Amino acid sequence: MSNIYQWINERLELDDAIKFAKKKRVPVFYGTVWYYLGGVSLFLFAIQLVTGILLVLYYQPGAETAFESVKFIVSKVEFGWLIREIHSWSANLFILFVFFHMFTVFFAKAYRKPREMTWITGMLLLVLGLAFGFSGYLLPWNELAYFATKVGSDIAGAIPWVGEFMLRVLRAGDEVTGATLTRFYGIHIAILPGIFTILLVMHLMMVQFQGMSVPPEIEKIPEKDRKTIPFFPDFVLRDFMIWLIVLNVIALLAVFFPWELGQKADALAPAPAGIRPEWYFMFMFQTLKMIPAHVLFLEGELVGVMFFAIGGLIWFFVPFLDKKAHVGIRSRFWTWFGIFLVVYIIVLTIWGYLV
Amino acid sequence: MTKQSRRTFLDWLLRGGLTAWFASIIYPVFKYMIPPDAPELNISQIEAGTLSDFPKGSSKIIRMGRTPVIVLRKKKGDFKALEATCTHLDCTVQFKTDTEQIWCACHNGFYDVEGRNISGPPPRPLGQFNVTLKDDKVIITKKDLA
Repeated sequence: MSNIYQWINERLELDDAIKFAKKKRVPVFYGTVWYYLGGVSLFLFAIQLVTGILLVLYYQPGAETAFESVKFIVSKVEFGWLIREIHSWSANLFILFVFFHMFTVFFAKAYRKPREMTWITGMLLLVLGLAFGFSGYLLPWNELAYFATKVGSDIAGAIPWVGEFMLRVLRAGDEVTGATLTRFYGIHIAILPGIFTILLVMHLMMVQFQGMSVPPEIEKIPEKDRKTIPFFPDFVLRDFMIWLIVLNVIALLAVFFPWELGQKADALAPAPAGIRPEWYFMFMFQTLKMIPAHVLFLEGELVGVMFFAIGGLIWFFVPFLDKKAHVGIRSRFWTWFGIFLVVYIIVLTIWGYLV
Repeated sequence: MTKQSRRTFLDWLLRGGLTAWFASIIYPVFKYMIPPDAPELNISQIEAGTLSDFPKGSSKIIRMGRTPVIVLRKKKGDFKALEATCTHLDCTVQFKTDTEQIWCACHNGFYDVEGRNISGPPPRPLGQFNVTLKDDKVIITKKDLA
């Protein structure tokens, strides 16, 4: 065994990597638990990758085959139901943990200098994560997904100037058809994973090189007085333990709360009652529902798109807008902005499910 | 020409060449992703069914070319044909027989039986089609052709 290690070490310098990992320390304070959220997101992404590859072995894109092949996977293939359920559940939990991760990073002001790029790559990963969700939602080609995709792509079509172009590129034509499904499949299993992996590597490398960020008030404590634990093996082992718990929770959810496959999409059927997107788009969906047909001289749909586009851009560039964070001061404005956003998302999401 | 300006010139040539090379790769990929225009089938008239397919207070969605059309028969017995795509966000609408209204389930938009947007987010009325009866056949024609 040691010979094998030695052989690899002479070529890849494993000793240096271990030395680096051992040297790295993780701060221990009231917020140490937040540090696990990114790791859990990473683990959930790994589950997505493995179960996604397994689903590809049976899934057949196309308006006539997609729904039937998913039905085949969940009803005929041994453990097919389990693989699909785990894929769906871990996808949803992935978005949930990414949201938790993002908001804890936000409230801990971890985006401040020198970690602006970590925030930016993180935000891009979130956008890609949502794109994964949106494209994956259509793949079973069921009624709910069909109309959610129609609505979602139509919203993209409302963007000024580039909307028409975006809509056609997304739908692979003017309508949501089998061609859209094939395109979404390609985006879901090839384009997104490719870009995601590059950004993820950048994101993780930055976290490794810059170390864990601590909130401004902890930073004020002299370094010698701060409590820390080694990244390796202490923190890594804790990480693994949490991953194990997460995996067990997913297995339980997959068994006891399976995702319905629903009815096959029919282009000539009216949109069924209770149509809704995935929960993480619900706050936007509910907002669009509430905006009246016309706001002043603008169409309601355009107002909604502009509202989210501007909000998203502000959120994206927070590290450059929050000037106080760079000098270690908590800006009340940005804290309240974050609280407002959290409350807005929670209230509108619950509201969306109630009505 | 000085040595420096020759170098600057070569630098620009190299940069320009690289940009052009990069563009020559990106351009076809970009164009490839845009779907070609599918010619719209020039259908101006379609048979929606026979009178017996439409009991009073019922509806049916048919397709005229690429456009879904909702054909409905009111409780009084007269017909109406409207574009079935909600003017808000493209969902397919349905006829609510109890209230004689057209409803879009996606964002709770309502139109009256004439296709006028009456509540919820739809910004415009639904497009109109003509309905004629030939023997017992229900014929739908595009409005501008009638």
